[in-house]
Amino acid sequence: MGIDWKAYQTNGFFDELIDGQGGVRPHGRQLAQFFAGLSGDELKQARAVADLAIKEMGISFTVYDEGNTIDRAWPVDIIPRIIGKNEWQTVETGLKQRVEALNLFINDLYHEQKIIKDGVFPKDLLAKSVNFRPQCVGVNPPNNIWAHICGSDLVRDGDGTMYVLEDNLRVPSGVSYMLENRSVMKRVFPELFEQVPVLPVNDYPSQLFDMLSAMSPRPQDIPEVVVLTPGVFNSAYFEHCYLAQEMGCELVEGRDLVVEKDDCVYMKTITGLRRVDVIYRRIDDLFLDPEAFNPDSKLGVPGLMRAWAKGNVALVNAPGAGVADDKVVYAYVPEIIKYYLGEEAKIANVPTYKCLDKKERDYVIKNIDKLVVKPANESGGYGLLIGPKSTKKQQQETIAQIKADPRNWVAQPTLNLSTVPTLAESDPAGRHVDLRPFILSSGKDIQVTTGGLTRVAMVKGSLVVNSSQGGGSKDTWIVDEEAE
Amino acid sequence: MLSRVAETLYWMSRYVERTENVARLINVNNMLIMDLPKGVSSGWAPLIDIIGVREEYQKNHKDFSEQSALRYLLAGDNNHSSILNSISSARENARTIRDVLPKCIWEGINSLYYYVKDNKNEGLTKRGRFNYLKHIIESAQMIFGALDGTINHDDGYVFIRFGSIIERADMTSRILDVRSATLITSEEAKPYDNIQWMSLLRSLSAYQMYRQQMSVRIQRKDVIEFIMHSEVFPRSILFCLYELKDLIEPLVNSPQVIELIDEASDDLKHSDVRVLRNGELHDYIDQLQIKLAGIHNALAESYFLK
Repeated sequence: MGIDWKAYQTNGFFDELIDGQGGVRPHGRQLAQFFAGLSGDELKQARAVADLAIKEMGISFTVYDEGNTIDRAWPVDIIPRIIGKNEWQTVETGLKQRVEALNLFINDLYHEQKIIKDGVFPKDLLAKSVNFRPQCVGVNPPNNIWAHICGSDLVRDGDGTMYVLEDNLRVPSGVSYMLENRSVMKRVFPELFEQVPVLPVNDYPSQLFDMLSAMSPRPQDIPEVVVLTPGVFNSAYFEHCYLAQEMGCELVEGRDLVVEKDDCVYMKTITGLRRVDVIYRRIDDLFLDPEAFNPDSKLGVPGLMRAWAKGNVALVNAPGAGVADDKVVYAYVPEIIKYYLGEEAKIANVPTYKCLDKKERDYVIKNIDKLVVKPANESGGYGLLIGPKSTKKQQQETIAQIKADPRNWVAQPTLNLSTVPTLAESDPAGRHVDLRPFILSSGKDIQVTTGGLTRVAMVKGSLVVNSSQGGGSKDTWIVDEEAE
Repeated sequence: MLSRVAETLYWMSRYVERTENVARLINVNNMLIMDLPKGVSSGWAPLIDIIGVREEYQKNHKDFSEQSALRYLLAGDNNHSSILNSISSARENARTIRDVLPKCIWEGINSLYYYVKDNKNEGLTKRGRFNYLKHIIESAQMIFGALDGTINHDDGYVFIRFGSIIERADMTSRILDVRSATLITSEEAKPYDNIQWMSLLRSLSAYQMYRQQMSVRIQRKDVIEFIMHSEVFPRSILFCLYELKDLIEPLVNSPQVIELIDEASDDLKHSDVRVLRNGELHDYIDQLQIKLAGIHNALAESYFLK
């Protein structure tokens, strides 16, 4: 007996496959039918094929546990997540708009700071930013692009609306898992791909390579592009390898590179030194160059910032790009889009109340039991107040803190994240998901992945999608509704 | 080619080669023991000697019983040349350079690692042992076959092949050294000697080729001649040295390495190994192993990351 969708419970959440009345949403019909037609044994077998494929292909991620690093198999759920092409095109346009504005914003912050002079973005916030790098002021990266690769996290609320939850502009990871999830699904359900008009995802590595090449400071046919990794112990090492391999360029560690007296970057090869043009770096800003940042860093390359500032090498993403992914900057993205592009944001932020504004502050204080209240510059959940789960006393304390330093606080409504059917046990059950698409900007064009990486919280009711804490993933299918 | 990557390719390939060689060694010894009466068989101790871990072994084991020796050879924790540790080292090396390897190579090494690890109890049972080891040998050969057929034959390929061949030469010398020492105390044939020389050849997959090339009955001096001097058998030491030279010659900065290879092969070619008595043979092989180590050092000096 296959999956009985009539028995599937949505539990009051917005489910992306089954609507509130127990009916299958139109773009998911073939998928639901296919799974209903599989016997219990076939389902079991499909899971075994997926597990074996993941093990054999060596798709893994690293977790740290008491000083040991463990290479774990990547968890993939075999029921794909489906999104209609029409909806996706809207999202895609919105993401392009967002990233275009963010790049203009970053470039402005490191040059004239017009947005501050025009009173749209408060000067104090910049002063408090932990990701603003004074070392980057006045530097002109190619095409004025700072965040070449952006991974934005999207979620759906209870009515199905898609929101941006955050933008990752430093070293966003996950794209390799998006690509490998598709390879796994092709091995598991080859016949399903004949029935459902799903759009391909495998063009990403060539788009990435083209974008990287376009950043080369030397005009020549084949620029030397490398991927810089902290090494095999990094949690995203699998991805660093994967991307270098798919692009056919060298994967280097800091010790493979050297900056010579001419302020150019070279790699150490068996035939001597060879000049490097573009570095897709997967090392955080502060570890890039012990001369400019953390002097104890052994991961970086002494002199790298000097070479970059002189325009002798391109760094992707540019150092300092993270200034635009602070929580508090996030709250200003709609204004940032309006300021630089003169447009309304096409894809919404999760509504965020800035306590700096008196009207919004009063609203937060009045509704504090319904909101999630966050301090702007703390990370890791420190100081966070979840209204519905807090006591009166905690609420009063937070209100006092807000009044004392309003500019340091923002608040958001609690979201009812959407669910997708997931084979957590033997029967499918709804599990909460998010989505991370990747956006590439070269200054000439902007490209968005077809879908992205869907992460799923495998534990019932949980909102934690992080793979190191029991989260899983799904292949994300953008389906062409008209191509049936 | 990055220096670090060249070095890693070299070690990855050495460890895959070692995995195959140790598996074959165990398999052949296993067969040999079935053929020999108890008093004649030298049991499992020679294998521990061949891979050079007697001292380590004796720290935790009081005898060379089949079960303890096998456990140690297949998956011993403190035996870095055990099959499991060899393939695991190959995998760790491969993992750090996955970007340069064709996918099928990484997948081959990775799945062989899981096979060795997940089925090691098969190797301990008398029934399962043959198939377990056969699968390992075949998988290793498949990895090298796939490498040959799918990777660019460029500088990286040179380091892969170099690692494999130098490991092969080293293993051949060890097998000959240990086996001949326990085997021949005199030049005179004793009962079962024949079977043991055959077994030595088989541990190098050399039996059939010996028959074809030497076409004489099996005797000590011919076996030694074949194993050390054959210019057509791919596991003979001279053959390996010639191949090392062919491999490294097109690379820049290779004269220092070539000089040492030439030295070793000239000396070997002009030594009459047939007449070496046991003690002499041992000393000669010792010298040869030192030369192989010298070739490795010169390679590292010229190309690896400093």
